[in-house]
Amino acid sequence: MEKFKKIVGIAAPFTRINVDTDLIIPAESLKTISRKGLGKDLFSYIRFNENGSQNNKFILNQPNYKNSKILVTGKNFGCGSSREHAVWALKDFGIKCLIGTEFADIFYNNCFKNGVLAIILDSKKVEKIIKIVSSSKNSELEIDLESQTVKTKQNEIINFDILPYLKRNLLEGVDDISKTLEKKKLIDEYEFDMKKKYPWLEKKNG
Amino acid sequence: MSENKSPKTLFDKIWKNHVIDNIDESNSLLYIDLHLVHEVTSPQAFEGLRLSKRNVRQPDKTFAVPDHNVPTVNRDKIEDELSKKQLKALEKNTKDFGISYFPIDDIRQGIVHIIGPEQGLTQPGMTIVCGDSHTSTHGAFGALAFGIGTSEVEHVLATQTLLQKPAKNMRINLNGKTQKGVTAKDLILGLIGKIGTAGGTGHVIEYAGSAIKNLSMEGRMTICNMSIEAGARAGLIAPDETTFNYIKGRNFAPKENWDQALKFWKSLPSDETAKYDNEEILEVNKLEPQVTWGTSPQDVSSIKGKVPNPENEKDLNKRQSIINSLEYMGLKPGTKLEDIKLDQVFIGSCTNSRIEDLREAANIVKGKSVKTKAMVVPGSGLVRQQAEEEGLDKIFKEAGFEWRESGCSMCLAMNADKLKPGERCASTSNRNFEGRQGKGGRTHLVSPIMAAAAAISGRLTDVREFI
Ligand code: SF4
Repeated sequence: MEKFKKIVGIAAPFTRINVDTDLIIPAESLKTISRKGLGKDLFSYIRFNENGSQNNKFILNQPNYKNSKILVTGKNFGCGSSREHAVWALKDFGIKCLIGTEFADIFYNNCFKNGVLAIILDSKKVEKIIKIVSSSKNSELEIDLESQTVKTKQNEIINFDILPYLKRNLLEGVDDISKTLEKKKLIDEYEFDMKKKYPWLEKKNG
Repeated sequence: MSENKSPKTLFDKIWKNHVIDNIDESNSLLYIDLHLVHEVTSPQAFEGLRLSKRNVRQPDKTFAVPDHNVPTVNRDKIEDELSKKQLKALEKNTKDFGISYFPIDDIRQGIVHIIGPEQGLTQPGMTIVCGDSHTSTHGAFGALAFGIGTSEVEHVLATQTLLQKPAKNMRINLNGKTQKGVTAKDLILGLIGKIGTAGGTGHVIEYAGSAIKNLSMEGRMTICNMSIEAGARAGLIAPDETTFNYIKGRNFAPKENWDQALKFWKSLPSDETAKYDNEEILEVNKLEPQVTWGTSPQDVSSIKGKVPNPENEKDLNKRQSIINSLEYMGLKPGTKLEDIKLDQVFIGSCTNSRIEDLREAANIVKGKSVKTKAMVVPGSGLVRQQAEEEGLDKIFKEAGFEWRESGCSMCLAMNADKLKPGERCASTSNRNFEGRQGKGGRTHLVSPIMAAAAAISGRLTDVREFI
């Protein structure tokens, strides 16, 4: 997995609530067998007009926010479908960090599996950040995972909490599968016990 | 040990049975009993396995089926090149890694969450995962079942385990007796209307109470299916005689070990004094048939209601979201829901395409004709076959419905079945998000019988007029 340590980049305020993964990347863009190249379809239903031209009202199309690396989101961002394509699309577009009050469970997991940092803050702090980055002069933020801080252009510092293991994994770029495979003996033992305790689970004979 | 005596919920019991190791302060390594795989969220996982030269640890506990991206007509020749490539990839991956596979021309093919239970693969006390959020459906059997992302799919393929944080326990009691015309779909829509789409975040919801007890397995699956729409990680219903009767005799159900399995299953329901982190009660006696008016499943009302007025909402964020919803849906505040005209009706999806759903809908449709474009997409080849044996296909076709082959179809509009911009549809699926059924398409979520009634009158309709 990719590491995440520190980034400096433009933060786009996208405050709509309940943004679902269908909106982040619609089903018709899922006919792919690769993780790459999905950025062009990110938010495609709202990023582009009917005729394929850019919807200039959409935040990521506005000159100042075109190259955003950070998205400040509304409540319950990433709800709905489990499609990891949503995170792949954000990442491929250039978004490396999300800030919001609340993310949907599966989406939140998917972010960290792909080296994307999702920061949860209380609504007061999020509102404050939205206010700051809404002004084009101040839309740049510095996110430092090590010190768990968001720094604004005016050097104002906002601290965030994160579960220690998520922080560790991102800083080290841990590969979960390799780590789990180190536990092979425990898994073997569990399966051995299970065969005795729940023999019907072994007999797949349809 | 005293720890073993402390009262436990159904969730606690399943969790404890599956923890292999506690990894760190937040995560446990959980054993996965059944892994269901479909064509859309798995190719990148198999690619990952190949790149790192890893194998599938338990091909016998892994079952694959194409469903999201299959056509529901003319299946012999798939026109869409990208779809074809994705379906081919699943075929190759299952072959290369020795995984059981129900191909498109197999009678057992169908929506992944329909065929797990249908084949008897889904059983109480199991852990079940799939790269699809509606894996929660299987919780109807008292199995801990949840959706995972593709990285996690790869993790499960390689290790048969998953890293998980324990969830919080929430119990929702649905008490009382439903009126006629009120189905499981109305119960879950009504509930989401009450607790909201983030009401269950971080929790596993156990549904209990007399209204749940009285439901068939089909109805219970409809309820658990939409747990994810309430933000929950999973839904659970305690297994009982209804559950056991459903499983008995199915393809993959326990046979010589039946009694042993049954004894274990009966030990699973939550202990009476078990504690929950949160509890909710929904009295269902007065609940009317439900329909959504907006672009989130929580935007729901009784069919007798009206499109809400955003001015009445004090919370500014919520007000804005209602304004956006109504603009997208092309609706004016104060419009009676029953006056909303429709272009299409879709009966299908893992929420509502089982045989019971089709029987009930056919019952409403019988001898009448539709005023909209309408289609029925059975959940599996076996559901379709059963329906045809009962003559349901004829009833639907005579009324003007299209009778399709099984798959996800217009639930997510990945194949050719989709709404055109501005088209309005009453749908038995689970998501009314913007663009979910096609770019610019407008979705009203309803039960199968409400969908049937809507097709006949050409507008959203109170099905009770037809009963
Ligand atoms: S029917 Fe719809 S909700 Fe169910 S698995 Fe298919 S796409 Fe997902």
